Amino acid sequence: MTNHWVDLRNSDCLLIMGSNAAENHPISMRWIMQAKENGAKVISVDPRYTRTSAISDYYAALRSGTDIAFLGGMINYILEKNKYFKEYVENYTNASYIVGDKYDFNDGLFSGYNKEARKYDASNWAFRRDDKGVPEKDPTYQNPRCVLQLLKNHYSRYTPEKVSEITGTPVEDLLNVYEMYSSSGTRDRAGSVLYALGWTHHTTGTQIIRTSAIVQLLLGNIGIAGGGINALRGQPNVQGSTDGCLLFNIIPGYLKVPRSSQQTLEVYLKENTPKTAEPQSANWYQNTPKYMVSLLKTWFGDKAIKENDFGYAWVPKADDGKTYSWLDMCDVMYSGKINGMFIWSQNPAGSHPNTNKVVKALTNLEWLVHANIFNNETASFWHGPGLDPKKIKTEVFLLPAACSVEREGSLSNSGRLAQWRFKAAEPPGKATPDGDMVYRLVRKLKELYKKEGGKCPEPILNLQWDYGDDKGKFDPHKAAMETNGYFLKDVTLKDPTGKDVNFKKGDLVPTFGFLQADGSTSCGNWLYCASYTNAGNMMARRGKEDPTGLGLFPNWAWCWPVNRRIIYNRASCDPSGQPWNPKRAILKWEGGKWVGDVPDGPWPPMSDKEKGKLPFIMKPDGVAFLYGPGMVDGPFPEHYEPYENPLGMNPMSGQVSNPAFKIFKSDMDKVASGDPNFPFVCSTNGLAEHWCSGAFTRWQPWLLEAQPELFVEISPQLAGEISVKNGDQVKVASIRGEVECVAMVTPRIRPFKIAGKTIHQVAMPYAFGWLIPKSDKNYSTNLLTPAVGDANTMCPEYKGFMVNVKKV
Amino acid sequence: MSEGYSILVDTSKCTACRGCQMACKQWNQLPATETKNWGSYQNPQDLSAVTWKLVRFADGANGDGKPYWYFFTDQCRHCLSPGCMAAAEKEEIVQDEKTGAVLFTPKTKDLDFEATLDGCPYNIPRQDPKTKVLFKCTMCLDRITNNQIPACVKSCPTGTLKFGERDKILEIAKKRVEELKKADPKAAALNADDVRVIFVVRDDPKKYYQHAAGK
Repeated sequence: MTNHWVDLRNSDCLLIMGSNAAENHPISMRWIMQAKENGAKVISVDPRYTRTSAISDYYAALRSGTDIAFLGGMINYILEKNKYFKEYVENYTNASYIVGDKYDFNDGLFSGYNKEARKYDASNWAFRRDDKGVPEKDPTYQNPRCVLQLLKNHYSRYTPEKVSEITGTPVEDLLNVYEMYSSSGTRDRAGSVLYALGWTHHTTGTQIIRTSAIVQLLLGNIGIAGGGINALRGQPNVQGSTDGCLLFNIIPGYLKVPRSSQQTLEVYLKENTPKTAEPQSANWYQNTPKYMVSLLKTWFGDKAIKENDFGYAWVPKADDGKTYSWLDMCDVMYSGKINGMFIWSQNPAGSHPNTNKVVKALTNLEWLVHANIFNNETASFWHGPGLDPKKIKTEVFLLPAACSVEREGSLSNSGRLAQWRFKAAEPPGKATPDGDMVYRLVRKLKELYKKEGGKCPEPILNLQWDYGDDKGKFDPHKAAMETNGYFLKDVTLKDPTGKDVNFKKGDLVPTFGFLQADGSTSCGNWLYCASYTNAGNMMARRGKEDPTGLGLFPNWAWCWPVNRRIIYNRASCDPSGQPWNPKRAILKWEGGKWVGDVPDGPWPPMSDKEKGKLPFIMKPDGVAFLYGPGMVDGPFPEHYEPYENPLGMNPMSGQVSNPAFKIFKSDMDKVASGDPNFPFVCSTNGLAEHWCSGAFTRWQPWLLEAQPELFVEISPQLAGEISVKNGDQVKVASIRGEVECVAMVTPRIRPFKIAGKTIHQVAMPYAFGWLIPKSDKNYSTNLLTPAVGDANTMCPEYKGFMVNVKKV
Repeated sequence: MSEGYSILVDTSKCTACRGCQMACKQWNQLPATETKNWGSYQNPQDLSAVTWKLVRFADGANGDGKPYWYFFTDQCRHCLSPGCMAAAEKEEIVQDEKTGAVLFTPKTKDLDFEATLDGCPYNIPRQDPKTKVLFKCTMCLDRITNNQIPACVKSCPTGTLKFGERDKILEIAKKRVEELKKADPKAAALNADDVRVIFVVRDDPKKYYQHAAGK
């Protein structure tokens, strides 16, 4: 979230799209109901009429996988009807920037495409810069190559009629949603976008979110109370684990993973430290060397010295251009090139796409270590339906994990709020906190490498790894302090006002502004610097003060960065630092300083031409990107059909699907587009009663009683066509697998008119399997889903693939 | 008696997360039953001797073809003059004086179940088939007499459920109906003068549940 949970109550209009918040993030509804009581309107856009739609003021249906078309139409509407927030767009976005001559767009393809490699050369999309490197601009927007003109041109194709032909949403519904939501484009109104897996689970996922960013920027909704783009993250610390580098392309604090072509720290820092010639840009990532060197000091301690590049050579490097997502790993495992695997806190044999391929891949392992609080379909894959345990060679070790309330530590929620969690009970039996498992495992590895040597022992031997308590167990406080970072020698530094401050060796670093690139500080994650300081564990704070009255609660726990509750908050003020909306002022420039939330940097507002800075400090040029040349699949979001699609064509262009996602080519990666054998669009969804694949919750009798088995939601019209009654057993099949379930016939789901044809949509939860309740049939919906991912993130396309439904 | 406590069920804020249904089972340590999906999110299908709080799901399409989905977290209304007591003679069913909670005692095993059920306008009492004892919501008497709010209310994330002194809850209910009426002219607080568990609805109560406003 750019904003935070409580802030939802400050909104005038909430667009909940790609999210079933009521069901998957129930607590959001506490704040949304308060917003509604204050007069806010809630819009729900979803293929199904969900529990979220049930409390919305307006509902619009769309076919799965057509969100860019829907939102592209909104961009067109906002520009055409002149509904955008002009001062905001002019001052805080790249609307006036001139795009270079090499940029072009033709029939669904941007310039620079290499069909063989399925890759773009993004250098074709660069801005035109003067000889100093400053982007050229046209504040009058007369130049046809300026971003605003290109934006208008690109989205003029997204007329309500064209959008309706793609999404299946009636034109009237589109226009009503566009009008309701674009009403937030004034200085006194705030619109909030809430999304979740309904947007990320597409081959175009990142670009869907980009489309919403363009909408929010045009309406001036970023950085303000009640606004923002709010990703609703999973409860069990999805936010925290991403911050801490769960993903293959980042290391802690969203620093880029080192690539094999970056053999020295100098090269890595040169390629990952952005430069700017824009005089008023803060270009915050210019601090990358400080964060990277401090991270290396955390990892390798005294072994990391300037002379050895602070141990940079010991950090594993990813091959250039190669992805290492679960989809890739599963594919490599399937081809027999992985012998052993640790799988932590997830149930890929239930929650990952193309489950038949996942299970087949697991049988290629010699050993599998799995840690979880219950047994699940992954740890037990070897005796699952259709498998003969005698023929499976894999040895499985299931480590019993302590559950969340049986261990201490921090948990970061969607609002970037890191809250310290206390231990409520001892874990049962030999159950152990995950942190302790990892800690002791690496201690043991170090011991073995020391004793027996081996190939490339340095990365393990030189790891600092001193997070143990006096009993040799993992100490979450030590890890949290190391994450925050220490001064490693006595130093005198200047604070932001220019005053000298003295720090002693061993002091915790008070904020990332003091981190150094010379090895004098350590920091495990620069974003979490200031979370655990000499003043104590900030995440354990429980102060209930709310000085602004806007629900910032600055003394409740701690949020990154530097306890800033709304990021890019300087954009909530005009260029002279006065709030756009004085009634909801989270920040104000008063008497030479910022008052309110922690500002995005100490500098004066940008009207101070000498010292003032632009508000989008994480962007090299200080402004937000309407035009985004940093994506792998184009600087403007464009509608493409899902990999598997109903028509085998794209009503918008000659390019059917996203041209830049990776296609896996194993014999189990089949695909069926425009195939009459699989005529219905299917999407998967979560359930309030179960957590993800249900691996925890199916063991809980009350939850299983409430939501006992797999079902497919179908419209009365489709039910009529295939002669199915509510409650009948049906078989749902894709080209990759099939699964039996109960048909739920409901008017909450309806057929769509797509390009003149009637297309049926169905929906299935993915919370079921075979281990509990025990069955000789597998009820995993992911037997059906394709193993294909978003072009930018490799997040799988669970929402939008083709199936058939037949009565059993 | 008209003092004591009340529970507000503002269905316009309910998202059917079913926290209340779980919390009721948990606090009262009621076992789960084996269920099947019967083409509805609603499960178990009905109240029982071990299910005293049940979120009922009702979907359909309005005249304009637009869908609706109403949620009704059903439970005993704790009537001011309980109909179920009509068939009771020897304190099988009692009304707690201080709170107003209507309570089924173990002596209900001697009651005529059909007659007791008939006496309830809301179709609430259920019988344990083995022991013949009748069961339903207790208003969490063990909690509310110990400075705790009922378990279902405690679990509610949206503000649908509120617990408090009856006059205050009545006031909130009336105010809420006034607000809702601006957009939903059919908004009403169901039988507010007769019951302690006051349901606020936005539409015809029968669209929520057959017995929402009484038989």
